[in-house]
Amino acid sequence: MGPNGAGKTTLISIICGIVRATAGSVTVNGHDIVTGWRAARAKIGLVPQELTIDSFESIRATLNLSRGLFGKRANPDYVDKVLKDLSLWDKRDSKLMTLSGGMKRRVLIAKALAHEPQILFLDEPTAGVDVELRRDMWDLVRELRATGVTIILTTHYIAEAEEMADRVGVITKGELTVVEDKAVLMRKLGRKQLILQLQGRLERVPAELAAYQLDLSADGSVLTYTYDTAGERTGITSLLEDLADAGIGFKDLRTEESSLEDIFVSLLREQP
Amino acid sequence: MSMNLHAVRAIYTYEMARTGRTLLQSIVSPVLSTSLYFVVFGGAIGTQMPQIHGVPYGAFVVPGLVMLLLLTESISNASFGIYFPKFVGTIYEVMSAPVSALEIVLGYVGAAATKSMILGVIALVTASLFVPLPVAHPLVMVLFLVLTSVTFSLFGFIIGIWATGFEKLMLVPTLIVMPLTFLGGSFYSIDVLPPFWRTVTQFNPVVYLVNGFRWSFFGIADAGIGVGLSLAMTFAFLAVCMAIVTWMFRTGYRLKA
Repeated sequence: MGPNGAGKTTLISIICGIVRATAGSVTVNGHDIVTGWRAARAKIGLVPQELTIDSFESIRATLNLSRGLFGKRANPDYVDKVLKDLSLWDKRDSKLMTLSGGMKRRVLIAKALAHEPQILFLDEPTAGVDVELRRDMWDLVRELRATGVTIILTTHYIAEAEEMADRVGVITKGELTVVEDKAVLMRKLGRKQLILQLQGRLERVPAELAAYQLDLSADGSVLTYTYDTAGERTGITSLLEDLADAGIGFKDLRTEESSLEDIFVSLLREQP
Repeated sequence: MSMNLHAVRAIYTYEMARTGRTLLQSIVSPVLSTSLYFVVFGGAIGTQMPQIHGVPYGAFVVPGLVMLLLLTESISNASFGIYFPKFVGTIYEVMSAPVSALEIVLGYVGAAATKSMILGVIALVTASLFVPLPVAHPLVMVLFLVLTSVTFSLFGFIIGIWATGFEKLMLVPTLIVMPLTFLGGSFYSIDVLPPFWRTVTQFNPVVYLVNGFRWSFFGIADAGIGVGLSLAMTFAFLAVCMAIVTWMFRTGYRLKA
Protein backbone atom coordinates (compact mmCIF):
# COMPACT_ATOMS: atom_id res chain seq x y z
CA MET A 1 0.00 0.00 0.00
CA GLY A 2 1.08 3.52 -0.55
CA PRO A 3 -0.29 6.82 -1.79
CA ASN A 4 0.01 7.89 -5.42
CA GLY A 5 3.61 8.44 -6.42
CA ALA A 6 4.98 6.57 -3.42
CA GLY A 7 7.06 4.27 -5.62
CA LYS A 8 4.97 1.11 -5.77
CA THR A 9 5.23 0.66 -9.52
CA THR A 10 8.85 1.78 -9.59
CA LEU A 11 9.79 -0.85 -7.03
CA ILE A 12 8.01 -3.56 -9.01
CA SER A 13 9.62 -2.34 -12.23
CA ILE A 14 13.05 -2.60 -10.64
CA ILE A 15 12.39 -6.14 -9.45
CA CYS A 16 11.15 -7.18 -12.89
CA GLY A 17 14.03 -5.59 -14.77
CA ILE A 18 12.12 -2.80 -16.48
CA VAL A 19 13.76 0.00 -14.52
CA ARG A 20 17.35 0.17 -13.36
CA ALA A 21 17.95 0.64 -9.66
CA THR A 22 20.28 3.52 -8.88
CA ALA A 23 21.39 1.81 -5.69
CA GLY A 24 20.82 -1.31 -3.65
CA SER A 25 20.20 -4.90 -4.58
CA VAL A 26 17.20 -7.21 -4.97
CA THR A 27 17.08 -10.98 -4.60
CA VAL A 28 14.17 -13.11 -5.76
CA ASN A 29 14.06 -16.53 -4.13
CA GLY A 30 17.79 -16.18 -3.57
CA HIS A 31 18.57 -15.06 -7.13
CA ASP A 32 20.10 -11.61 -7.48
CA ILE A 33 18.20 -9.68 -10.15
CA VAL A 34 21.46 -8.50 -11.74
CA THR A 35 23.78 -11.49 -11.54
CA GLY A 36 21.05 -14.13 -11.59
CA TRP A 37 18.56 -12.22 -13.74
CA ARG A 38 17.46 -15.15 -15.83
CA ALA A 39 16.58 -17.36 -12.88
CA ALA A 40 14.99 -14.46 -11.00
CA ARG A 41 12.83 -13.25 -13.88
CA ALA A 42 11.72 -16.76 -14.86
CA LYS A 43 9.92 -17.02 -11.53
CA ILE A 44 8.03 -13.74 -11.82
CA GLY A 45 4.78 -12.90 -13.52
CA LEU A 46 3.91 -9.24 -13.90
CA VAL A 47 0.49 -7.72 -14.43
CA PRO A 48 1.10 -4.05 -15.13
CA GLN A 49 -1.15 -1.26 -14.07
CA GLU A 50 -1.66 0.15 -17.55
CA LEU A 51 -3.80 -1.84 -19.96
CA THR A 52 -1.00 -2.36 -22.44
CA ILE A 53 -2.04 -4.83 -25.10
CA ASP A 54 -1.26 -5.61 -28.70
CA SER A 55 -4.67 -4.69 -30.13
CA PHE A 56 -4.35 -6.65 -33.35
CA GLU A 57 -3.47 -9.98 -31.78
CA SER A 58 -5.74 -12.75 -30.57
CA ILE A 59 -5.79 -13.64 -26.89
CA ARG A 60 -4.36 -17.07 -27.51
CA ALA A 61 -1.47 -15.76 -29.61
CA THR A 62 -0.39 -13.31 -26.92
CA LEU A 63 -0.57 -16.03 -24.27
CA ASN A 64 1.64 -18.27 -26.37
CA LEU A 65 4.10 -15.42 -26.76
CA SER A 66 4.18 -14.84 -23.01
CA ARG A 67 4.79 -18.49 -22.30
CA GLY A 68 7.63 -18.71 -24.81
CA LEU A 69 9.27 -15.49 -23.66
CA PHE A 70 9.63 -16.91 -20.18
CA GLY A 71 11.36 -20.00 -21.52
CA LYS A 72 8.49 -22.43 -21.19
CA ARG A 73 7.84 -25.10 -23.80
CA ALA A 74 4.59 -24.58 -25.72
CA ASN A 75 1.74 -26.27 -23.87
CA PRO A 76 -1.69 -25.74 -25.50
CA ASP A 77 -3.49 -27.65 -22.73
CA TYR A 78 -2.12 -25.41 -20.02
CA VAL A 79 -2.85 -22.25 -22.01
CA ASP A 80 -6.41 -23.50 -22.59
CA LYS A 81 -6.79 -24.05 -18.86
CA VAL A 82 -5.66 -20.50 -18.09
CA LEU A 83 -8.14 -19.20 -20.68
CA LYS A 84 -10.94 -21.15 -19.05
CA ASP A 85 -9.96 -20.20 -15.50
CA LEU A 86 -10.11 -16.54 -16.42
CA SER A 87 -13.39 -16.85 -18.34
CA LEU A 88 -11.63 -15.92 -21.57
CA TRP A 89 -12.33 -19.18 -23.35
CA ASP A 90 -15.20 -17.86 -25.48
CA LYS A 91 -13.05 -14.99 -26.67
CA ARG A 92 -9.84 -16.97 -27.16
CA ASP A 93 -9.51 -16.12 -30.84
CA SER A 94 -10.87 -12.57 -30.64
CA LYS A 95 -8.63 -9.65 -31.31
CA LEU A 96 -7.69 -7.84 -28.14
CA MET A 97 -9.06 -4.51 -29.32
CA THR A 98 -12.58 -5.94 -29.36
CA LEU A 99 -12.51 -6.68 -25.64
CA SER A 100 -13.91 -4.62 -22.78
CA GLY A 101 -11.63 -3.05 -20.20
CA GLY A 102 -12.32 -5.78 -17.68
CA MET A 103 -11.57 -8.47 -20.25
CA LYS A 104 -8.31 -6.77 -21.18
CA ARG A 105 -7.35 -6.77 -17.51
CA ARG A 106 -8.02 -10.50 -17.41
CA VAL A 107 -5.89 -11.00 -20.52
CA LEU A 108 -2.98 -9.30 -18.80
CA ILE A 109 -3.39 -11.62 -15.82
CA ALA A 110 -3.68 -14.61 -18.15
CA LYS A 111 -0.46 -13.57 -19.90
CA ALA A 112 1.35 -13.46 -16.59
CA LEU A 113 -0.06 -16.85 -15.57
CA ALA A 114 0.69 -18.43 -18.95
CA HIS A 115 4.28 -19.07 -17.92
CA GLU A 116 3.44 -20.56 -14.51
CA PRO A 117 5.13 -17.98 -12.27
CA GLN A 118 5.89 -18.65 -8.62
CA ILE A 119 5.58 -14.99 -7.80
CA LEU A 120 2.90 -12.78 -9.26
CA PHE A 121 2.95 -9.00 -9.16
CA LEU A 122 -0.46 -7.42 -9.54
CA ASP A 123 -0.01 -3.69 -9.89
CA GLU A 124 -3.31 -2.12 -8.89
CA PRO A 125 -5.40 -4.76 -10.63
CA THR A 126 -8.68 -3.30 -9.44
CA ALA A 127 -8.04 0.36 -10.25
CA GLY A 128 -11.01 1.64 -12.20
CA VAL A 129 -12.72 -1.74 -12.19
CA ASP A 130 -16.41 -2.14 -11.40
CA VAL A 131 -17.58 -3.75 -8.18
CA GLU A 132 -18.49 -7.09 -9.67
CA LEU A 133 -15.21 -7.50 -11.50
CA ARG A 134 -13.34 -6.46 -8.38
CA ARG A 135 -15.06 -9.28 -6.47
CA ASP A 136 -14.13 -11.69 -9.28
CA MET A 137 -10.57 -10.47 -9.14
CA TRP A 138 -10.42 -11.04 -5.40
CA ASP A 139 -11.75 -14.57 -5.82
CA LEU A 140 -9.18 -15.21 -8.49
CA VAL A 141 -6.37 -13.97 -6.29
CA ARG A 142 -7.56 -16.22 -3.47
CA GLU A 143 -7.61 -19.23 -5.78
CA LEU A 144 -4.12 -18.49 -7.03
CA ARG A 145 -2.89 -18.04 -3.51
CA ALA A 146 -4.31 -21.45 -2.65
CA THR A 147 -2.21 -23.01 -5.41
CA GLY A 148 0.93 -21.72 -3.71
CA VAL A 149 1.68 -18.68 -5.84
CA THR A 150 3.09 -15.76 -3.89
CA ILE A 151 1.05 -12.71 -4.82
CA ILE A 152 2.24 -9.19 -4.36
CA LEU A 153 -0.65 -6.84 -4.92
CA THR A 154 -0.38 -3.10 -4.84
CA THR A 155 -3.38 -1.01 -4.17
CA HIS A 156 -4.50 2.20 -2.69
CA TYR A 157 -7.84 0.75 -1.77
CA ILE A 158 -7.27 -0.09 1.85
CA ALA A 159 -10.37 -2.24 1.96
CA GLU A 160 -8.69 -4.43 -0.60
CA ALA A 161 -5.59 -4.95 1.51
CA GLU A 162 -7.72 -5.53 4.58
CA GLU A 163 -9.75 -8.11 2.70
CA MET A 164 -6.97 -9.90 0.86
CA ALA A 165 -3.61 -9.56 2.49
CA ASP A 166 -1.66 -11.94 4.71
CA ARG A 167 1.07 -9.37 5.07
CA VAL A 168 0.95 -5.66 4.52
CA GLY A 169 3.75 -3.36 3.45
CA VAL A 170 3.50 0.39 3.43
CA ILE A 171 5.61 2.43 1.04
CA THR A 172 5.93 6.18 1.18
CA LYS A 173 8.34 8.44 -0.66
CA GLY A 174 10.12 5.44 -2.11
CA GLU A 175 10.72 3.77 1.21
CA LEU A 176 9.15 0.59 2.46
CA THR A 177 8.53 1.71 6.03
CA VAL A 178 6.53 -1.22 7.34
CA VAL A 179 6.21 -4.85 6.33
CA GLU A 180 4.15 -6.81 8.80
CA ASP A 181 1.70 -9.61 9.15
CA LYS A 182 -1.66 -7.93 8.71
CA ALA A 183 -3.09 -9.24 11.97
CA VAL A 184 0.05 -8.27 13.87
CA LEU A 185 0.07 -4.86 12.24
CA MET A 186 -3.51 -4.25 13.18
CA ARG A 187 -2.90 -5.48 16.69
CA LYS A 188 0.29 -3.53 17.13
CA LEU A 189 -0.77 -0.26 15.65
CA GLY A 190 -4.46 -0.59 15.99
CA ARG A 191 -6.41 0.68 18.96
CA LYS A 192 -9.57 -0.59 20.44
CA GLN A 193 -12.26 1.42 22.06
CA LEU A 194 -14.84 0.42 24.59
CA ILE A 195 -17.91 2.57 24.22
CA LEU A 196 -20.30 2.81 27.14
CA GLN A 197 -23.82 4.15 26.79
CA LEU A 198 -24.47 5.63 30.21
CA GLN A 199 -27.74 5.43 32.09
CA GLY A 200 -27.43 8.99 33.30
CA ARG A 201 -25.44 11.96 32.12
CA LEU A 202 -22.08 13.03 33.50
CA GLU A 203 -20.84 16.60 33.60
CA ARG A 204 -17.23 15.50 33.49
CA VAL A 205 -15.10 12.39 33.96
CA PRO A 206 -14.96 11.74 37.72
CA ALA A 207 -11.60 12.29 39.40
CA GLU A 208 -11.39 8.69 40.64
CA LEU A 209 -11.36 7.52 36.99
CA ALA A 210 -8.64 9.93 35.90
CA ALA A 211 -6.13 7.07 35.58
CA TYR A 212 -8.02 5.73 32.54
CA GLN A 213 -7.91 7.24 29.10
CA LEU A 214 -11.52 8.28 28.95
CA ASP A 215 -13.42 10.65 26.73
CA LEU A 216 -16.87 11.95 27.51
CA SER A 217 -19.21 12.90 24.69
CA ALA A 218 -20.48 16.47 24.54
CA ASP A 219 -23.90 15.60 25.92
CA GLY A 220 -22.32 13.53 28.72
CA SER A 221 -24.15 10.31 27.82
CA VAL A 222 -21.34 8.32 26.18
CA LEU A 223 -18.04 7.40 27.74
CA THR A 224 -15.28 6.12 25.47
CA TYR A 225 -12.33 4.16 26.77
CA THR A 226 -9.38 3.77 24.39
CA TYR A 227 -6.95 0.95 25.09
CA ASP A 228 -3.98 -0.65 23.48
CA THR A 229 -4.66 -4.16 22.21
CA ALA A 230 -0.97 -5.03 22.33
CA GLY A 231 -0.84 -4.44 26.08
CA GLU A 232 -0.69 -7.29 28.55
CA ARG A 233 -3.83 -6.13 30.26
CA THR A 234 -6.51 -4.07 28.69
CA GLY A 235 -7.72 -2.59 31.95
CA ILE A 236 -11.35 -3.25 31.08
CA THR A 237 -12.10 -5.33 34.17
CA SER A 238 -10.72 -2.78 36.59
CA LEU A 239 -12.44 0.06 34.74
CA LEU A 240 -15.79 -1.68 35.00
CA GLU A 241 -15.21 -2.31 38.71
CA ASP A 242 -14.21 1.29 39.28
CA LEU A 243 -17.27 2.48 37.39
CA ALA A 244 -19.47 0.36 39.62
CA ASP A 245 -17.70 1.76 42.72
CA ALA A 246 -18.31 5.30 41.45
CA GLY A 247 -21.97 4.45 40.97
CA ILE A 248 -21.97 5.02 37.23
CA GLY A 249 -24.35 2.66 35.46
CA PHE A 250 -24.54 1.96 31.75
CA LYS A 251 -27.28 0.74 29.41
CA ASP A 252 -25.13 -0.73 26.72
CA LEU A 253 -21.55 -1.33 25.73
CA ARG A 254 -19.73 -2.11 22.51
CA THR A 255 -16.13 -2.20 21.29
CA GLU A 256 -14.67 -0.67 18.15
CA GLU A 257 -11.47 -1.52 16.43
CA SER A 258 -9.43 0.84 14.28
CA SER A 259 -9.41 -0.15 10.63
CA LEU A 260 -6.41 -0.63 8.41
CA GLU A 261 -7.36 2.71 6.93
CA ASP A 262 -6.91 4.46 10.29
CA ILE A 263 -3.56 2.73 10.70
CA PHE A 264 -2.50 3.62 7.19
CA VAL A 265 -3.38 7.27 7.62
CA SER A 266 -1.59 7.47 10.95
CA LEU A 267 1.50 5.81 9.45
CA LEU A 268 1.59 8.37 6.66
CA ARG A 269 1.23 11.20 9.16
CA GLU A 270 4.22 9.95 11.09
CA GLN A 271 6.38 10.56 8.02
CA PRO A 272 8.49 13.69 8.24
CA MET B 1 23.00 -20.41 -18.43
CA SER B 2 21.82 -21.84 -21.74
CA MET B 3 19.95 -19.81 -24.33
CA ASN B 4 16.24 -19.24 -24.01
CA LEU B 5 15.38 -20.76 -27.38
CA HIS B 6 11.70 -20.95 -26.53
CA ALA B 7 11.70 -17.17 -26.36
CA VAL B 8 13.47 -16.80 -29.70
CA ARG B 9 10.92 -19.10 -31.29
CA ALA B 10 8.00 -17.34 -29.57
CA ILE B 11 9.07 -13.89 -30.78
CA TYR B 12 9.82 -15.19 -34.26
CA THR B 13 6.48 -16.99 -34.56
CA TYR B 14 4.58 -14.00 -33.22
CA GLU B 15 6.26 -11.63 -35.67
CA MET B 16 5.82 -13.98 -38.61
CA ALA B 17 2.14 -14.30 -37.72
CA ARG B 18 1.91 -10.53 -37.92
CA THR B 19 3.40 -10.71 -41.42
CA GLY B 20 0.95 -13.42 -42.37
CA ARG B 21 -1.98 -11.42 -41.07
CA THR B 22 -0.99 -8.33 -43.01
CA LEU B 23 -0.12 -10.36 -46.08
CA LEU B 24 -1.69 -7.95 -48.52
CA GLN B 25 0.25 -4.89 -47.45
CA SER B 26 3.32 -6.95 -46.60
CA ILE B 27 3.76 -8.69 -49.90
CA VAL B 28 1.43 -7.35 -52.52
CA SER B 29 2.34 -3.67 -52.32
CA PRO B 30 6.16 -4.04 -52.56
CA VAL B 31 5.76 -6.52 -55.39
CA LEU B 32 3.41 -4.16 -57.18
CA SER B 33 5.75 -1.19 -56.79
CA THR B 34 8.73 -3.24 -57.96
CA SER B 35 6.74 -4.42 -60.96
CA LEU B 36 5.98 -0.79 -61.80
CA TYR B 37 9.70 -0.04 -61.77
CA PHE B 38 10.24 -2.89 -64.20
CA VAL B 39 7.52 -1.66 -66.47
CA VAL B 40 9.05 1.84 -66.50
CA PHE B 41 12.78 1.05 -66.48
CA GLY B 42 12.73 -2.32 -68.15
CA GLY B 43 9.90 -1.97 -70.60
CA ALA B 44 9.55 1.73 -71.39
CA ILE B 45 12.95 3.35 -70.80
CA GLY B 46 15.03 0.18 -71.07
CA THR B 47 14.34 -0.29 -74.76
CA GLN B 48 15.70 3.18 -75.49
CA MET B 49 18.89 2.67 -73.45
CA PRO B 50 22.22 1.22 -74.59
CA GLN B 51 23.55 -1.89 -72.89
CA ILE B 52 25.74 -1.37 -69.81
CA HIS B 53 28.81 -3.61 -69.53
CA GLY B 54 27.13 -5.77 -72.15
CA VAL B 55 23.93 -6.23 -70.12
CA PRO B 56 20.57 -4.97 -71.42
CA TYR B 57 19.41 -2.00 -69.35
CA GLY B 58 16.18 -3.71 -68.26
CA ALA B 59 18.16 -6.56 -66.69
CA PHE B 60 20.92 -4.28 -65.40
CA VAL B 61 18.55 -2.47 -63.02
CA VAL B 62 17.05 -5.66 -61.54
CA PRO B 63 19.68 -6.21 -58.79
CA GLY B 64 19.45 -2.53 -57.84
CA LEU B 65 15.66 -2.66 -57.66
CA VAL B 66 15.72 -5.80 -55.55
CA MET B 67 18.29 -4.18 -53.25
CA LEU B 68 16.06 -1.10 -52.94
CA LEU B 69 13.20 -3.39 -51.95
CA LEU B 70 15.34 -5.38 -49.50
CA LEU B 71 16.67 -2.23 -47.86
CA THR B 72 13.38 -0.41 -47.47
CA GLU B 73 11.45 -3.53 -46.42
CA SER B 74 14.09 -4.72 -43.95
CA ILE B 75 14.30 -1.33 -42.33
CA SER B 76 10.58 -0.69 -42.16
CA ASN B 77 9.66 -4.19 -40.95
CA ALA B 78 12.31 -4.43 -38.29
CA SER B 79 11.90 -0.85 -37.08
CA PHE B 80 8.14 -1.20 -36.84
CA GLY B 81 8.42 -4.62 -35.20
CA ILE B 82 10.28 -3.22 -32.19
CA TYR B 83 8.86 0.31 -32.25
CA PHE B 84 5.24 -0.79 -32.05
CA PRO B 85 5.54 -2.68 -28.72
CA LYS B 86 7.53 0.25 -27.40
CA PHE B 87 4.80 2.63 -28.53
CA VAL B 88 1.84 0.69 -27.08
CA GLY B 89 3.79 -0.39 -23.99
CA THR B 90 3.74 -4.16 -24.50
CA ILE B 91 7.54 -4.08 -24.52
CA TYR B 92 7.31 -4.36 -20.71
CA GLU B 93 6.84 -8.08 -21.12
CA VAL B 94 9.94 -8.59 -23.25
CA MET B 95 11.98 -6.44 -20.88
CA SER B 96 10.77 -8.36 -17.83
CA ALA B 97 11.24 -11.79 -19.40
CA PRO B 98 14.33 -13.95 -18.94
CA VAL B 99 15.45 -13.07 -22.47
CA SER B 100 18.90 -11.79 -23.42
CA ALA B 101 19.57 -9.04 -25.95
CA LEU B 102 20.87 -11.65 -28.37
CA GLU B 103 17.67 -13.67 -28.11
CA ILE B 104 15.48 -10.61 -28.60
CA VAL B 105 17.49 -9.60 -31.66
CA LEU B 106 17.41 -13.14 -33.08
CA GLY B 107 13.62 -13.22 -32.74
CA TYR B 108 12.77 -9.78 -34.09
CA VAL B 109 15.54 -9.34 -36.64
CA GLY B 110 15.25 -12.96 -37.74
CA ALA B 111 11.55 -12.50 -38.49
CA ALA B 112 12.09 -9.18 -40.30
CA ALA B 113 14.96 -10.61 -42.35
CA THR B 114 12.93 -13.70 -43.25
CA LYS B 115 10.16 -11.53 -44.56
CA SER B 116 12.61 -9.43 -46.60
CA MET B 117 14.13 -12.53 -48.13
CA ILE B 118 10.71 -13.84 -49.10
CA LEU B 119 9.91 -10.47 -50.70
CA GLY B 120 13.29 -10.40 -52.43
CA VAL B 121 12.73 -13.81 -53.97
CA ILE B 122 9.22 -12.83 -55.07
CA ALA B 123 10.62 -9.66 -56.66
CA LEU B 124 13.29 -11.65 -58.50
CA VAL B 125 10.72 -14.09 -59.79
CA THR B 126 8.54 -11.17 -60.88
CA ALA B 127 11.52 -9.57 -62.62
CA SER B 128 12.35 -12.76 -64.49
CA LEU B 129 8.91 -12.53 -66.06
CA PHE B 130 9.84 -9.15 -67.60
CA VAL B 131 13.49 -9.60 -68.56
CA PRO B 132 15.83 -12.55 -69.06
CA LEU B 133 17.68 -12.95 -65.79
CA PRO B 134 20.70 -15.26 -65.72
CA VAL B 135 22.29 -15.99 -62.35
CA ALA B 136 26.04 -16.42 -62.81
CA HIS B 137 26.91 -17.07 -59.17
CA PRO B 138 23.84 -18.43 -57.31
CA LEU B 139 25.60 -18.94 -53.96
CA VAL B 140 26.94 -15.39 -53.90
CA MET B 141 23.49 -14.17 -54.90
CA VAL B 142 21.90 -15.99 -51.97
CA LEU B 143 24.66 -14.77 -49.67
CA PHE B 144 23.99 -11.14 -50.61
CA LEU B 145 20.26 -11.64 -50.29
CA VAL B 146 20.62 -13.06 -46.77
CA LEU B 147 23.37 -10.72 -45.66
CA THR B 148 21.57 -7.59 -46.85
CA SER B 149 18.28 -8.68 -45.27
CA VAL B 150 19.93 -9.43 -41.93
CA THR B 151 22.14 -6.36 -41.88
CA PHE B 152 19.41 -3.90 -42.74
CA SER B 153 16.86 -5.58 -40.50
CA LEU B 154 19.37 -5.04 -37.72
CA PHE B 155 19.76 -1.43 -38.86
CA GLY B 156 15.96 -1.08 -38.83
CA PHE B 157 15.84 -2.59 -35.35
CA ILE B 158 18.25 0.13 -34.20
CA ILE B 159 16.06 2.81 -35.76
CA GLY B 160 13.01 1.30 -34.05
CA ILE B 161 14.67 1.53 -30.65
CA TRP B 162 16.01 5.00 -31.36
CA ALA B 163 12.75 6.42 -32.69
CA THR B 164 10.60 8.34 -30.23
CA GLY B 165 7.77 8.98 -32.67
CA PHE B 166 6.34 7.81 -35.95
CA GLU B 167 7.96 10.72 -37.83
CA LYS B 168 11.40 9.59 -36.72
CA LEU B 169 10.55 6.08 -37.81
CA MET B 170 9.99 7.35 -41.34
CA LEU B 171 12.84 9.85 -41.25
CA VAL B 172 15.80 7.54 -41.84
CA PRO B 173 14.23 5.46 -44.62
CA THR B 174 13.05 8.48 -46.60
CA LEU B 175 15.85 10.92 -45.90
CA ILE B 176 18.86 8.60 -45.92
CA VAL B 177 18.17 5.18 -47.35
CA MET B 178 16.14 6.26 -50.36
CA PRO B 179 18.71 8.84 -51.61
CA LEU B 180 21.62 6.49 -50.91
CA THR B 181 19.93 3.80 -52.97
CA PHE B 182 19.05 6.07 -55.88
CA LEU B 183 22.57 7.52 -55.86
CA GLY B 184 24.13 4.11 -55.24
CA GLY B 185 24.24 2.96 -58.83
CA SER B 186 20.94 1.09 -58.75
CA PHE B 187 19.87 2.51 -62.10
CA TYR B 188 23.24 3.36 -63.67
CA SER B 189 26.86 2.35 -63.65
CA ILE B 190 28.88 4.66 -61.44
CA ASP B 191 31.52 4.48 -64.15
CA VAL B 192 29.50 7.08 -66.08
CA LEU B 193 29.94 9.62 -63.28
CA PRO B 194 32.62 12.35 -63.43
CA PRO B 195 35.74 11.32 -61.40
CA PHE B 196 34.87 13.60 -58.44
CA TRP B 197 31.38 12.18 -57.99
CA ARG B 198 32.64 8.68 -58.49
CA THR B 199 34.96 9.20 -55.51
CA VAL B 200 32.11 10.61 -53.43
CA THR B 201 29.95 7.65 -54.35
CA GLN B 202 32.50 5.25 -52.91
CA PHE B 203 31.48 6.43 -49.45
CA ASN B 204 27.96 5.22 -50.13
CA PRO B 205 27.55 1.72 -48.66
CA VAL B 206 24.69 0.90 -51.02
CA VAL B 207 27.11 1.05 -53.96
CA TYR B 208 28.84 -2.05 -52.62
CA LEU B 209 25.61 -3.93 -52.05
CA VAL B 210 24.28 -3.19 -55.51
CA ASN B 211 27.57 -3.99 -57.22
CA GLY B 212 28.13 -7.22 -55.34
CA PHE B 213 24.58 -8.33 -55.95
CA ARG B 214 24.76 -7.40 -59.64
CA TRP B 215 28.04 -9.29 -59.99
CA SER B 216 26.33 -12.45 -58.74
CA PHE B 217 23.90 -12.19 -61.66
CA PHE B 218 25.95 -10.94 -64.61
CA GLY B 219 29.55 -11.35 -63.45
CA ILE B 220 30.12 -7.63 -64.00
CA ALA B 221 30.85 -4.82 -61.58
CA ASP B 222 31.76 -1.15 -61.75
CA ALA B 223 35.45 -0.28 -61.90
CA GLY B 224 37.34 -0.82 -58.64
CA ILE B 225 34.43 -2.41 -56.78
CA GLY B 226 35.05 -6.13 -56.76
CA VAL B 227 32.82 -8.63 -55.08
CA GLY B 228 35.37 -9.13 -52.28
CA LEU B 229 35.31 -5.46 -51.39
CA SER B 230 31.51 -5.49 -51.57
CA LEU B 231 31.28 -8.37 -49.13
CA ALA B 232 33.84 -6.82 -46.81
CA MET B 233 31.93 -3.52 -46.70
CA THR B 234 28.64 -5.30 -46.02
CA PHE B 235 30.17 -7.31 -43.19
CA ALA B 236 31.70 -4.11 -41.81
CA PHE B 237 28.29 -2.45 -41.74
CA LEU B 238 26.82 -5.54 -40.09
CA ALA B 239 29.53 -5.36 -37.42
CA VAL B 240 28.80 -1.67 -36.80
CA CYS B 241 25.08 -2.44 -36.38
CA MET B 242 25.84 -5.30 -33.99
CA ALA B 243 28.05 -3.03 -31.91
CA ILE B 244 25.32 -0.39 -31.70
CA VAL B 245 22.67 -2.94 -30.68
CA THR B 246 24.97 -4.39 -28.03
CA TRP B 247 25.56 -0.92 -26.67
CA MET B 248 21.81 -0.15 -26.68
CA PHE B 249 20.98 -3.20 -24.60
CA ARG B 250 23.93 -2.76 -22.27
CA THR B 251 22.96 0.80 -21.43
CA GLY B 252 19.21 0.24 -21.74
CA TYR B 253 19.13 3.09 -24.27
CA ARG B 254 15.47 4.13 -24.76
CA LEU B 255 14.44 0.73 -23.44
CA LYS B 256 14.93 1.04 -19.71
CA ALA B 257 14.24 3.98 -17.44
